[in-house]
Amino acid sequence: MSCDENKANGKHITVALAGNANVGKSVLFNQLTGSDQIIGNWPGKTVDRAEGSLRFEGYDITVIDLPGIYSFSTFSMEEMVSRDYIALEKPDVVVNVLDASILERNLFFTIQLMEMGVPLIVCLNQVDEAKKKGISIDKEKLEEALGVPVVFAIATRGEGLYELMGEVVRVANEKPPTKPLSYHKDVEEKIEKLQSALEKENLDLKYPSRWVSIKLIEGDSEINKIVGEKSAVAIDTAKAISAELQCSYEEKCFSIIAQERYALANSIAASALQQNEIWSSSSDKLEWLTTHRVWGYFTSAGVIAGLLLWTFFVGNALSGLISEGLNLINPIDPALSTTQPILSIILNGIWDGIGAGLTLIIPFVIPFYLLLAAIEDSGLLTRVAFMMDSVMHKMGLHGKALIPIILGYGCSVPAIHSCKIMETRRERLLAAFAITFAPCSARTIILFGMVGLFVGVQWALLLYVIDVLIIFALGRIAMKAVPGKSTGLIMEMGSFKRPSAKVVFKQTWARTKSLIYVVFPIYIIGSALIQVLFALNVLTPISDAMAPLTVWWLGLPAIAGVLLILGTVRKELILVGAIAILGTTNLMIQPGGFTAVQLVVIALVAMLYIPCISTMAILGKEFGWKATAVITGANIGVALLIGGLAFRLLTLLGL
Amino acid sequence: MEQKSTQDYLKAIYALSRNKDLVSTTEISKKLDVAPASVTEMLKKLSEEDLIKYEPYKGSILTVIGLREAQKILRKHRLLENFLTDVLHIGKDKVHSQACEMEHALSDEAEESLCRLLKHPDKCSDDGNTIPACDLPFSSCEECISLHNQGLEEVGKRKENLLALSELKNGQSGKIQFIRGGHSVLQRLLDMGLTPGTKIVLLKAAPFEGPIEISVRGSKLAIGRGIASKVFVEPLPKENP
Repeated sequence: MSCDENKANGKHITVALAGNANVGKSVLFNQLTGSDQIIGNWPGKTVDRAEGSLRFEGYDITVIDLPGIYSFSTFSMEEMVSRDYIALEKPDVVVNVLDASILERNLFFTIQLMEMGVPLIVCLNQVDEAKKKGISIDKEKLEEALGVPVVFAIATRGEGLYELMGEVVRVANEKPPTKPLSYHKDVEEKIEKLQSALEKENLDLKYPSRWVSIKLIEGDSEINKIVGEKSAVAIDTAKAISAELQCSYEEKCFSIIAQERYALANSIAASALQQNEIWSSSSDKLEWLTTHRVWGYFTSAGVIAGLLLWTFFVGNALSGLISEGLNLINPIDPALSTTQPILSIILNGIWDGIGAGLTLIIPFVIPFYLLLAAIEDSGLLTRVAFMMDSVMHKMGLHGKALIPIILGYGCSVPAIHSCKIMETRRERLLAAFAITFAPCSARTIILFGMVGLFVGVQWALLLYVIDVLIIFALGRIAMKAVPGKSTGLIMEMGSFKRPSAKVVFKQTWARTKSLIYVVFPIYIIGSALIQVLFALNVLTPISDAMAPLTVWWLGLPAIAGVLLILGTVRKELILVGAIAILGTTNLMIQPGGFTAVQLVVIALVAMLYIPCISTMAILGKEFGWKATAVITGANIGVALLIGGLAFRLLTLLGL
Repeated sequence: MEQKSTQDYLKAIYALSRNKDLVSTTEISKKLDVAPASVTEMLKKLSEEDLIKYEPYKGSILTVIGLREAQKILRKHRLLENFLTDVLHIGKDKVHSQACEMEHALSDEAEESLCRLLKHPDKCSDDGNTIPACDLPFSSCEECISLHNQGLEEVGKRKENLLALSELKNGQSGKIQFIRGGHSVLQRLLDMGLTPGTKIVLLKAAPFEGPIEISVRGSKLAIGRGIASKVFVEPLPKENP
């Protein structure tokens, strides 16, 4: 305790945000700390804990955003992360964020936090949404029933946050005890019996003893192991006690305890909540449309195709405007090439890199992320997951896997990270495998910048369709190759809401900013470097060495070898490199440039051939190097096979 | 045309009534390959025995007793099919007719032993249909196993007729009575609030054996068809709004 007091005296407070998935913890976290944690209207965005800080009334407050979970009882990674953080690192205050519309189910988790006896504040979020659904909640009654402070909030608008932080400071200083709620007499007796037996043993467990008792009765394997290492007697006592309980209830203990918690949650909710009549709202109509047995598929397809069409048309218009603007300026004196040829090449390379980034990459990426953020915030993704569940089962996955795959349209790296919303390692691996083939924004740029602009939009879209078919076919093969059973879908369907402009712009900025800070310089340096190396003829041997593959099998110009190597760093570099080497944004310039067939083939190969370095890094981190090597190998094999076939077929058709 | 038993009629009506309120005589006639006149005669007889509710020119529907009979026989039939295919490895083309013969002779005791032997299957391995819940008064398979290990004696019978979540019609509500399956599925469902005795409403079912959406404890959940066929509810009468 002394350690905690010191922290408070030092005017430093640690607050953990805990609660069910999709209740608005990350929104609250962003509002409090000014961070840009990814948020959205689907369960499971926060997979690791995030940390931020703020100053409030002279206190340094560190806020920890924990992943959303429904209980501490199953053995998912998110639950372990949250449980160990709360129990072992002992934050000064735990703020339990609740969705006011789903009070009863959310209280189930509150009750589990109270079992741990942590200093607790209940933050009832989204009270505005609840009101729209005719739900009103009596704050005093809820406080009385729980015995902990309750704060109402609308995190998206920042309402109630000042009051919340006031309570945080008060609780951190006063440390009012959190009294666990009691269950039925016979269950309670068993818990107390085991608790006093544990306390007599004096095991020096880091977890609170009442909570450990409940977990032992439930048969929690992790806690069983931890206690078992210290005392076999304690385990025997626990087993005897749970056997007694099991006998008198004729049910498994974990089920008895879950029912006890829900019985409590139900009676608390019933005492504090009032449901009033409401009329069907516009979100009900949207609900009807998006999950209709016919229209639902159209909306699902519309979400996916619409995202791409929007990206192309808006991107194209923006790209045109920017390149016209850039054409007006020509900062490099042409006379320089005769006096200082090397400097001229470098400057030209830099200028081409800037041009490629500004005209081809930024205009496509920003509209894409804007619409993606709006879709994420609206709640559409869970409906798409609902409709596509049976299709995903054919790939050994369930509907929820579609969420990371759609995020993969943006960037594979966060998409693979968010595969953690899947339940088993097998499902995470299968989903990640599918993502390595998904058209991320870099691939979209290549597709639109090389095929859409020069060959025709219909060809770019056709390549997308082919890509989706390839993902499906490979998904089926992977499902058969990776042994194991599939789990079923259990997913919360959050309400629809109008995307907030603020959230959408913030999210887009969060995703684009690394592009501007980190990736843009790579384009510029890369472009300059390529032009110099090309001028010095260093690249020719590399291109020649790869010629059997690139020229003979894939039918590409010799420079493609170098481009494909560059693309392993970042796929856009294929396009940037092509522009640098050709010295113009007109890729079809002759001689030296690409033909229509070659553009289609290189875009197809680029889409499939290898996960970029960052993707390989995250694959390695999540699944190990062996799996990464297998996935990469599969990528290369498929790309070469399909690229070669496409070249021959297209030549035959005479594109 | 061979003679069809009462149980064949009950099975046929059960299968045909999945998505409608009344099953027409013509449908039954087609399904069983029996002349409509004979069907009508049989329906009247079943109606007298209180196994079905029969409205001339409209159709028929199972009564509570009829539903119980139909589920019992279908359960035995599907368990037997699984036994014949998965344990005895008999060709799929032969199992159906054999199971049809055997189902009438299988005792309730043998039915429960078969269920445990096959590890509480939820689907018929032949046609993928849900195997109805047993009529023992348990709320999960784990209870059955642990009581059986302690030497299960008389446990009585369940009073209610149960339907799987996946068998409910849109808008229909039910009370959770029984969850099939092992610890991890059960725990996940309990955590989401699907504890025994909880009332749920089926909001909608996605086509192509897609998931169902239910409302439970004020939240909306999407549940895959596989899991939905493991959760059994006692259907509740429609509430008048």
